[in-house]
Amino acid sequence: MFSFLLKRVSIVIPTFLGVTLLTFALIRLIPGDPVELMAGERGIDPVRHAKLLAEMGLDQPLLVQYWNYLSAIFHGDLGTSLVTREPVLREFFTLFPATLELGTCAIIIAVLIGLPAGIIAAVRRGKATDYTVMGLSLTGYSMPIFWWGLLLILLFSVKLGWTPVSGRISALFWVDEVSGFMLIDALLSDEEGAFISALRHLILPSIVLATIPLAVIARMTRSAMLEVLREDYVQVARAKGLAMPLVICVHALRNALIPVITVIGLQVGVLMAGAILTETIFSWPGIGKWLLDSIQRRDYPSVQGGILLVACLVIFVNLTVDILYGVVNPRIRHNR
Amino acid sequence: MQNLFKCLILTAMLVALAGTAMAAKTLVYCSEGSPEGFNPIFYTSGTTFDATAKNVFEGLTHFVRGTTTIEPGMAESWEVSPDGKTYTFKLRKGVKFHSTKHFTPTRDMNADDVIFTFERQWKADHPFHKVSGGSYEYFNGMSMADLLARIEKVDDYTVRFHLSRPEAPMLANLAMDFAVIASAEYADAMMKAGTPEKIDQWPIGTGPFAFQGYKKDALIRYTAFAKYWKGKAPLDKLVFAITPDASVRYAKLKAGECHVMPYPNPADLAAMQADTNINLMQKEGLNVGYLAYNNLVKPFDNLKVRKALNHAINKSAIIDTVFQGAGKPAKNPIPPTIWSYNQATVDDNFDLVKAKKLLAEAGYPDGFEMKLWAMPVQRPYNPNARRMAEVMQADWAKIGVKVEIVSYEWGEYLKRSKDKNRDGAVLLGWTGDNGDPDNFLAVLLGCDGVGGSNRAQWCYQPFEDLIQNAKVVADPKERTKLYEQAQIVFKEQAPWATIAHSVVFEPLSKKVVNYKIDPLGGHIFYGVDLK
Repeated sequence: MFSFLLKRVSIVIPTFLGVTLLTFALIRLIPGDPVELMAGERGIDPVRHAKLLAEMGLDQPLLVQYWNYLSAIFHGDLGTSLVTREPVLREFFTLFPATLELGTCAIIIAVLIGLPAGIIAAVRRGKATDYTVMGLSLTGYSMPIFWWGLLLILLFSVKLGWTPVSGRISALFWVDEVSGFMLIDALLSDEEGAFISALRHLILPSIVLATIPLAVIARMTRSAMLEVLREDYVQVARAKGLAMPLVICVHALRNALIPVITVIGLQVGVLMAGAILTETIFSWPGIGKWLLDSIQRRDYPSVQGGILLVACLVIFVNLTVDILYGVVNPRIRHNR
Repeated sequence: MQNLFKCLILTAMLVALAGTAMAAKTLVYCSEGSPEGFNPIFYTSGTTFDATAKNVFEGLTHFVRGTTTIEPGMAESWEVSPDGKTYTFKLRKGVKFHSTKHFTPTRDMNADDVIFTFERQWKADHPFHKVSGGSYEYFNGMSMADLLARIEKVDDYTVRFHLSRPEAPMLANLAMDFAVIASAEYADAMMKAGTPEKIDQWPIGTGPFAFQGYKKDALIRYTAFAKYWKGKAPLDKLVFAITPDASVRYAKLKAGECHVMPYPNPADLAAMQADTNINLMQKEGLNVGYLAYNNLVKPFDNLKVRKALNHAINKSAIIDTVFQGAGKPAKNPIPPTIWSYNQATVDDNFDLVKAKKLLAEAGYPDGFEMKLWAMPVQRPYNPNARRMAEVMQADWAKIGVKVEIVSYEWGEYLKRSKDKNRDGAVLLGWTGDNGDPDNFLAVLLGCDGVGGSNRAQWCYQPFEDLIQNAKVVADPKERTKLYEQAQIVFKEQAPWATIAHSVVFEPLSKKVVNYKIDPLGGHIFYGVDLK
C-alpha cells in the first residue's frame, strides 16, 4: 500500500510543475498586455508604459519571471492582482466557497438523479425507458450551457416567477460572512427569510451545472451495470430466486460503482469548467467568473494563481479517488 | 378572542406596511461588473466610478445632473486670474465626511483634504503616493502632473491652484472622477493604525451615499448619508447587484429583482419599449465612432483619397444594420450634445459617382487595396465593428477599393493602431470624459497625440493652432468660435470618416422616478426616488 501511495504522490509533483509552466506560458501567449488594456482608447505614453510594466515585473526576461513566480509559490505567495491590488490567495479563498457550494449541490443532483437513471436504463435495456433516459442524457451532454441557463431563467424566473433570476441571495438581504457558504451563513444570520432566499437562488444554477455530469454519470452507470448484470455471479443470484431489487442493489451495483466513482471524481474538472459559464449567467460570485474576468483583463497573477489552485484541487480529488480505488479494489494496487 | 383576532390583524397590517415602506426605499441597480477597487483615483472604468465617485465622493466642481454643465461642488465659488494660470477656490463650509465603524471624522471637509487629494496623486514623495500600488492613470492621462505648478492653502477654506500654463478646461477636469476629495484625517488615522491601504478599500467621502459593504463580485451596499450637505437622498438604501450578462440584467428587471439596468442588448430594445412595466429612457451619448485613416502613409496622405472614401460610406445603412437604429450619423468629431458643436458643417454625403471621380483625380482610377481594422469588442460608440467593416467593404468595392478586414485582440489592437507606420484605416471611437470639446479634439486630433491617441496620425498646423488657442482663452464665447472653426478645418481635411454617435438606453422600472441619464456615462442616484 505504501509503495502504491508513493507512486501516486510522485506523479503529482511533475503534474504540479507542468501546471505552473502551462499557466505561466499560456496567459503570456495571448496577445495584448495589461497596461494597454488598462489605458484603453486614450493610450499611454511609452515612458509611462515601460514604468508600469517594470512595476508589475513584466519587463524582465520570461525565464526570470517564471523563476520569480515559482519561488514565490514555494513561499506561499501567489502574487497580487494587477487590477484590484489584492493578494490572489485572499481573492481566491473569498470566492471559492461560492463555487464549492454550487459544485457540491450540482454533484449531489447529478449523482442522485444520474445513478438511478443509469440503473433503470440498464435494467430496462432496449425498452422505451432505456431509450428515454439515454436520449435525455445525450441531450443533456450536448446542451450548450449558456443557452440552457438562459432558457431556464426565462421559463422559471421570468415567466413563472418560481425562482430568482441570479445571484446568491436577494439583494435586500445582507448576510455576514462566517463560513462563506451562503446556506450556512443565511441560517446563522438574524435576517428572516435569508435561508429560503439563498436556497431558492441555488436551484437553477445547480441544475444547469449538474446537467453534463448527470448525463455522464447516467451513461457510465448504465454501461457498467450492463456489464455486471451479465456476470455469472449475478446470473447465479437471480437463478437462486433472489428478488431483483436485491440482486441489483447488493450484487450488481456494488461492483458497477467502481468505474462510476472514478467518473464522478473526474467530473470535478468538468464542474470547474462548467462553473465559468454557469457563474457568468447566474451572476454567481465564484472563481469561475473571477478567472474569466482575470483572463479578459490580462491579470497575469490572478490567472496563474487561480488556475494553479483549481488544478491543485482537481489533482487532489483525483489522487483521493485513485487511492480510494486502490483501497476498494486491492487488485488495482497490486497490479500497479 | 375577537380582540385577539383584531390585534393580530392590526399587527400583520403594521408589519406589512413597515415592510413595504422599507423595501420601497431600497433601490437595486443591476450593475454590469465588479468595481476594480473603491478609490476612483486609481482606475479608468465607468463601472468603478459608478460604485465610488458618482455616489460616494464629490469634487470641487460638479456636473449638473444629466448635463455637462459645471456647477459648484465642494468649492462654492472660484476666481480665475486674468492670465488663466491661477484658480482660487472658496470651499463650502459644514461639509461632513461619512462615519464608519473604524473611523469617525472630527472635523468638516477643508483645504487640507483638497491638498491631500491632489498631492497624493501628484508628488512621488507624498507618504500616500505609493500606497495601494499608486498608479494614477487619469491624473496622468489628463496631464495634471505637468499642468500643476503648486497648490497653496490660503486658509482653511481657500485653496489656490497655480498652473504651469493656462488651461481653459481646468474646471471641467476638476469635476472628473479622479479629482474627488478624500479625507486627509481618515488617511492620517489609518496611517497611524498601520493600515494606510484601508482608505482605498473602505471609501469615506462627502457624497450622498455612504459605503456599507462589498460582497465580492456580488453586491455592494450603501445607505443614504443623513448629514449630506444638500440634504438626505430620497432613497434610504442603494444596492448594486453585480450582473455581468445583459440578457440576465433584463430578466432581473422584468422579474422585479432590480430597478435600473445599464447597457441593454440592442436586440432587446423593441421588447423593452413594448413592456408596460419598463421605462426605456434614451439620450444621445457623449461619444463618436470614427474611421481613422493613417494620414502619414500612401494613399491616405492624399486628401482626395480620404474624401473619396468618405463619400463611399453609407452611414444610414450602418445606422440601420449595425446600430439597429440606436445611433445618429456623425458629421463632426464631437457629439451634438457638446457645446461648440458646429451645426453649419456639411457632411460628405453618400455619392459613389463623386467618390469614383475623386479617386480618379487622385491617381487611382481603378482603386487600390487596403486594410480595414475592425475592433474585436463591442463599445458604446460601435456595437459591432466587424459588421460595420463589412458594410464599408461592400460599398468601397463599388468604387474599386478592395478591402481586407483585419482584427487583433483588443489590447493588441489598441497598441498596433497607434503605430505611425500602420497600414490602413482603423475603426475606433471615444466617449467624452468631461464634456469639454478639448477632451475630443486635442486628445484625438492634436499633434501631441500622434503615435498615441491620435490614430489618424494627423498633425495639421491650422487645426492645431485653433485648438491650442481655445485651450488658453478663458472666454467661453471665444472658445466656441475657435472650436467651430476647428471643426470646419477638420471637415475640409477629412483625417477621419466620422461614422456615428450612439444613443444611450437606460431601461428602468416604472417605480423609479426622477432618474436622469448622465451624458458622461455614469449612474448617479442622488435625487432618484421610488414610487
